Amino acid sequence: MTDHSKSDHSASDHSASDISTSDITRLTAAGIAERIASGDLTAVEVTEAHLARIEAVDEKINAFLHVDREGALAQARAVDEKRAAGEPLGPLAGVPVALKDIFTTEGVPTTVGSKILEGWLPPYDATLTKRLKAADVVILGKTNMDEFAMGSSTENSAYGPTANPWDLTRVPGGSGGGSSASLASYQAPLAIGTDTGGSIRQPAALTGTVGVKPTYGGVSRYGMVAFSSSLDQGGPCARTVLDAALLHEAIAGHDPLDSTSIDAPVPPVVEAARNGSVAGMRVGVVKQFRGEGYQAGVVQRFDESVELLRGLGAEIVELDCPSFDLGLAAYYLIAPSECSSNLARFDAMRYGLRVGDDGTRSAEDVTALTREAGFGDEVKRRIILGTYALSSGYYDAYYGSAQKVRTLITRDFEKAFEQVDVIVSPTTPTTAFPIGERADDPMAMYLADLCTIPTNLAGNAAMSLPCGLAPEDGLPVGLQIIAPAMKDDRLYKVGAAVEAAFVEKWGHPLLEEAPSL
Amino acid sequence: MTATMSLVPFEDALATYDPVMGLEVHVELGTKTKMFCGCSTELGAEPNSQTCPTCLGMPGSLPVVNAIGVESAIKIGLALNCEIAEWCRFARKNYFYPDMPKNFQTSQYDEPIAFNGHLDVQMEDGEIFRVEIERAHMEEDTGKSLHVGGATGRIHGASHSLLDYNRAGIPLIEIVTKPIEGAGARAPEVAKAYVAELRELIKALGVSEARMEMGQMRCDVNLSLRPHGRAEFGTRSETKNVNSLRSVERAARFEIQRHAAVLDGGGTILQETRHFHEEDGSTTSGRIKDNAEDYRYFPEPDLVPVAPAREWVEELRAGLPELPRVRRNRLREEWGVSEHDMQSILNAGAIDLIVATIEAGAPADQARKWWMGELARHANESGRALDEQPITPAQVARIAALVAAGDLNDKLARQVIEGVLAGEGDPDTVVDKRGLKVVSDEGALGTAVDEAIAANAAVADKIRAGKVAAAGALVGAVMKATRGQADAARVRELILEKLGAEG
Repeated sequence: MTDHSKSDHSASDHSASDISTSDITRLTAAGIAERIASGDLTAVEVTEAHLARIEAVDEKINAFLHVDREGALAQARAVDEKRAAGEPLGPLAGVPVALKDIFTTEGVPTTVGSKILEGWLPPYDATLTKRLKAADVVILGKTNMDEFAMGSSTENSAYGPTANPWDLTRVPGGSGGGSSASLASYQAPLAIGTDTGGSIRQPAALTGTVGVKPTYGGVSRYGMVAFSSSLDQGGPCARTVLDAALLHEAIAGHDPLDSTSIDAPVPPVVEAARNGSVAGMRVGVVKQFRGEGYQAGVVQRFDESVELLRGLGAEIVELDCPSFDLGLAAYYLIAPSECSSNLARFDAMRYGLRVGDDGTRSAEDVTALTREAGFGDEVKRRIILGTYALSSGYYDAYYGSAQKVRTLITRDFEKAFEQVDVIVSPTTPTTAFPIGERADDPMAMYLADLCTIPTNLAGNAAMSLPCGLAPEDGLPVGLQIIAPAMKDDRLYKVGAAVEAAFVEKWGHPLLEEAPSL
Repeated sequence: MTATMSLVPFEDALATYDPVMGLEVHVELGTKTKMFCGCSTELGAEPNSQTCPTCLGMPGSLPVVNAIGVESAIKIGLALNCEIAEWCRFARKNYFYPDMPKNFQTSQYDEPIAFNGHLDVQMEDGEIFRVEIERAHMEEDTGKSLHVGGATGRIHGASHSLLDYNRAGIPLIEIVTKPIEGAGARAPEVAKAYVAELRELIKALGVSEARMEMGQMRCDVNLSLRPHGRAEFGTRSETKNVNSLRSVERAARFEIQRHAAVLDGGGTILQETRHFHEEDGSTTSGRIKDNAEDYRYFPEPDLVPVAPAREWVEELRAGLPELPRVRRNRLREEWGVSEHDMQSILNAGAIDLIVATIEAGAPADQARKWWMGELARHANESGRALDEQPITPAQVARIAALVAAGDLNDKLARQVIEGVLAGEGDPDTVVDKRGLKVVSDEGALGTAVDEAIAANAAVADKIRAGKVAAAGALVGAVMKATRGQADAARVRELILEKLGAEG
């Protein structure tokens, strides 16, 4: 794995560092930050190493839709100048991040994986983008995703699918497949995802990485292109629990520009990640999260994880949450309903694609032609579903009932959290599936989010972290940890303990078992 | 004109039918910033200069509620005797139009901030009519489309359209009445009086200038007829954007006559929107509103519910100003004018101006006389609102003071007003510049009177013989000689004195 030294980095003559490019890209975010702070590495070296890695491997992965080479290097230089001037550096200063292409970046393309925003240069930065920049986190570029975050495989991207670094013929999950795949292929040590029904956690599970959906309202949605406003939540992706915590802390917190953002201190996630422990904790196992449709190897690794938790001193509690069985149905009414309204603005009048504007057609026709050309099938399917669900005469039966289910799920969680501190489950029923396998079967695709959706509907926090490889296919399995709203720190406390125990058991992080690219 | 445009005489229509009205008034609030973003609401700026990602509906942008907008809505609700919701939400009203950036309007649906109120309106004869209020809710305005290249300014026939989003997101309060029944032949007058009263109320609350001619207050007149004695309502028409008090009355009147003609002819009224035409007071068909129109309302997930604390609501209630009708009755008694005169003063938009003029020292009758006379005439001629003329209540009070002191007579005062309106300066400056002082030099006046008597010996003889009424001719001669700059009353006194007659 040391044959990448022909990169830009080998030509640079600064620093006493003898860490090779490939070594740099294998470092954790915390490790990079430490080395930059100590002067062992410069931010420019780190950025160049990752840009070189992207150049070397992303042709195979297609994790990035846009690499902002100049912007990233400019940010890195600024970090190095700060350090040279003796200014204090933040805990992630100089660490690169791969940003999901759903967050606006001023002057840098933002497509949301859709043709309809091809060529759009946003006039403003998302709050999350601003916070990354303020924390001196270097934005390498924008990552691939299912169009408008609608999908579980990244195959719905208008710019081609992303491959799973574990097996290039398989999907990396979605919608944030680009972000997770960039981590698993060492193109970035940190990534940002968004999770409406599992789009952070499911790709994390399928790529053997860590992903966190914070409590709804924990991370600002301002500048995050909306799919389903009441469910969408941005969050951190990383290769380790601590790295995820560091990124979580950098992006979280109240934003006056987002009315749904929580005006309360960010839970102490980094402290929790540094002090992993489950001793004396009550851990719930929900009986609805197993059964038909669950892959044997996934169930096996999950059961082993539960035993591991018990061995670490956790008390395991069986839980019954009957409403969770209705989660998928409710989700596929609420999310399309909100999306049908959120996506109405893409009418070719103000930004993005415009088709058929030849001076003879009406605005209405231009809008129709643009949407026909600019939206993919899954997006159209959900707009139609949502429009139907909201229409008068059907509203109560569909949208109204779905909201009632949502309330029931929230209550089931509340009752569960009276008995336990966290809940664990498999993140996904299966490991990564082959590209193309579910592309024409939306129902099969939707099932990939069976375990993640209830958390979005209730608004609480959840994490996925690797818990081994399924014996039958050798692909990563994710363990989901769910915490009550605003108790995001519990995810990190439990996650760090589980991660440490597994690494000790395996002798190395799981990702080291991935084939080299 | 098509057959549907034939009209039944108003009285005949009312002999057969009973009109039912619903009035929907949109008020643009006078907040400094828009309803859901920090953009300025200042009128008259360069197109699209007062926009941001949020009011342009850019991908990723989010709304934040303007607290002053909510406060204004509650004040309006309280002044309309409404209940104020303890908890309510915004809702998305989904429909497409190029000047609506998100292709949904953030509004309120089944949870309005204020509901179940009433407004008592006073007719010209003093009678009070109670209009029940269904709701008042918050929403945002759309942008403006300018259709270019067509003859009518409407979209049909236009070669292209220009969009200005400066207005997009300006806070609106929509006030909806319950069906107004039982007004009979007075329905058009009730409609006008309601809108007038509402406008006064909005102004008194200080939440908007409510200038109808500038679109800050817009009225939709919904109207249906039913035969006398029938309980259920007929099919209604919705006449949109009727933007003056007079037009509200005319639109209601026209629709009563039109509906009656259709119904008398055995036809059915279409549920449709209609355009009102100022030129001839008619309405024409707009868009058919069948039941297929579906706004797919649902609660706005980007905003948190609005839950005004009861203490705050009570604080706002306690701070409400004297309501316009109450104030008008008080002023009417203070000024000693009739209901009818007060109505004219109200219609002219002169109440506040007269009050301010009195506060600046003028007697009530003088203040009223100048604003409702000379200044109203000027306003009418220049097509401006009374309070838009370049003259202040303080200046009018000064003119009144000069008249009271005998320095000006009415004729000269009118010239001073003309000068002030022409931008020649304040009243004293105009008096100086134009040399408009009354000739009060008794010697000069005496000479002028002597000359007039000498030149009109026959008239003078009549006066000497006791025909005092003939003095007018001599007064006129003196006034002419002094180019109007004499105090006519004093001239008359001098004439009678010199001729030994008793006035």
